[in-house]
Amino acid sequence: MTPFTYLRADTVNDAVRLGAGETAAFLGGGTNIVDLMRETVARHETLVDVTRLSAAVTETAEGGLLIGAAATNTAVAEHHGVRTRYPMLSRAILAGASAQIRNMATVGGNLLQRTRCTYFYDTDGSHCNKRAPGTGCDAREGFNRIHAILGASDACVATHPSDMCVALTALDAIVHVEGRDGARTLPFGELHRLPGDRPDLDTVLAAGELITAIELPPLGVAARSTYRKVRDRASYAFALISVAAAIEMDGDRVADVRIAFGGVAHKPWRATKAEAALRGQLASAAGFRAAAAAEFADARPLRDNAFKPELATRTLAAVLAELAKGDVA
Amino acid sequence: MSFVVNGNAVPGPADPRVSLLDHLRETLHLTGTKKGCNQGACGACTVLVDGERILSCLALAVQYDGREITTIEGLAEAATLHPLQAAFIEHDGFQCGYCTPGQICSAIGMAAEARRGVPSHVSADLAADVILTRDEIQERMSGNLCRCGAHNGIIDAIQATIAPAPTAETSAEMAA
Repeated sequence: MTPFTYLRADTVNDAVRLGAGETAAFLGGGTNIVDLMRETVARHETLVDVTRLSAAVTETAEGGLLIGAAATNTAVAEHHGVRTRYPMLSRAILAGASAQIRNMATVGGNLLQRTRCTYFYDTDGSHCNKRAPGTGCDAREGFNRIHAILGASDACVATHPSDMCVALTALDAIVHVEGRDGARTLPFGELHRLPGDRPDLDTVLAAGELITAIELPPLGVAARSTYRKVRDRASYAFALISVAAAIEMDGDRVADVRIAFGGVAHKPWRATKAEAALRGQLASAAGFRAAAAAEFADARPLRDNAFKPELATRTLAAVLAELAKGDVA
Repeated sequence: MSFVVNGNAVPGPADPRVSLLDHLRETLHLTGTKKGCNQGACGACTVLVDGERILSCLALAVQYDGREITTIEGLAEAATLHPLQAAFIEHDGFQCGYCTPGQICSAIGMAAEARRGVPSHVSADLAADVILTRDEIQERMSGNLCRCGAHNGIIDAIQATIAPAPTAETSAEMAA
């Protein structure tokens, strides 16, 4: 592990001041960054501990929730307002990692975790444009079962590993950020990038910018929502495919719907095409499949993951049928 | 800096790179906490921090300044085993024993989570009180692997100790 200086921030201003510079990083629960540092995938020279900043979950004036970035995964998943008004978020968090890790991991850190592509982790000779720009991508023609089928580039086919982020994408969450130039907010869907020719950049955040909170806007449709994750074992594994979905019915028609996929792209994938195909339509098994087909029409599977479009289609159809239960034509 | 391990104030790490696991084992010589994968995949290093279960291999010791840490060495009262330790013996909850300290600390943390109503991936109703069925225990303990395959005995020990079979009285409450 590269020697580093450990600093603890007691205020957001402190954190932004201490975290300036290309070689610094913010430290949450450490569940990803400690591993990355140990494997020398990451070589930060300064770690600024931000776990003592706001971890509160509070009601907003608009009727939503504001979640401090230092809140642990467990704290968010067990929050009563999240469980009842945004169940897909509780379910997504509870589908990820293990209880021990959820007790450590913070919301801010979850958003900024790195891919689980094995070539990204393999510093002993694997080529990876995300870890070492310009070296190539061994995953594109290699073992790529867990890799992307949408939005990938020649440079990178990695997927984003977070479950929580898939739900936050579907919920139209807002990211609160603070940097040397002040505070700003951005829509959750704009936080993470597609790889393009810069897969080393996971997000649009500038160096030294700190995520301070996630805001959940009031969203009636979210009350009837869930998250389903398909993986190689029943628990404690990363997603092959996951679906976050919310639906509001008007009789037997879909009045409103929110859908996002995990395990398919470099970022949590908001399924705008599938949503458009469903809004105002009769809820039916055929319609659910057709909506997924619209989303995956552009899918470009790799050697080992040709199963993903069909798996994602079946998973979405099953989730929507479960949510619309009783109202499906 | 200093923190408290099993009720005793102890020094913090000399280097920020030291994990809580290595600090416990190498500096404080508390070798009951085991190093399995050292990358957050197996749960052997599970300890309790202020009563919450965490993985000490992914924790930088320096972050735990001022916190109260409990390891397997802190559970027995003199010569009397913690009830879960006794139950692991009673129910054959181990073979080689390497994962056992992590399993036991994890189960204690799990019991506290269940008592305060934290749901799990297999909870049908997110808002309901937690009933620690076998399925619930399996899911909640899935972060602790046992390569000997003692999982059935482990779950039996946990169920017997912290999730006893419902009595007639509690069954009536559940049905109400």
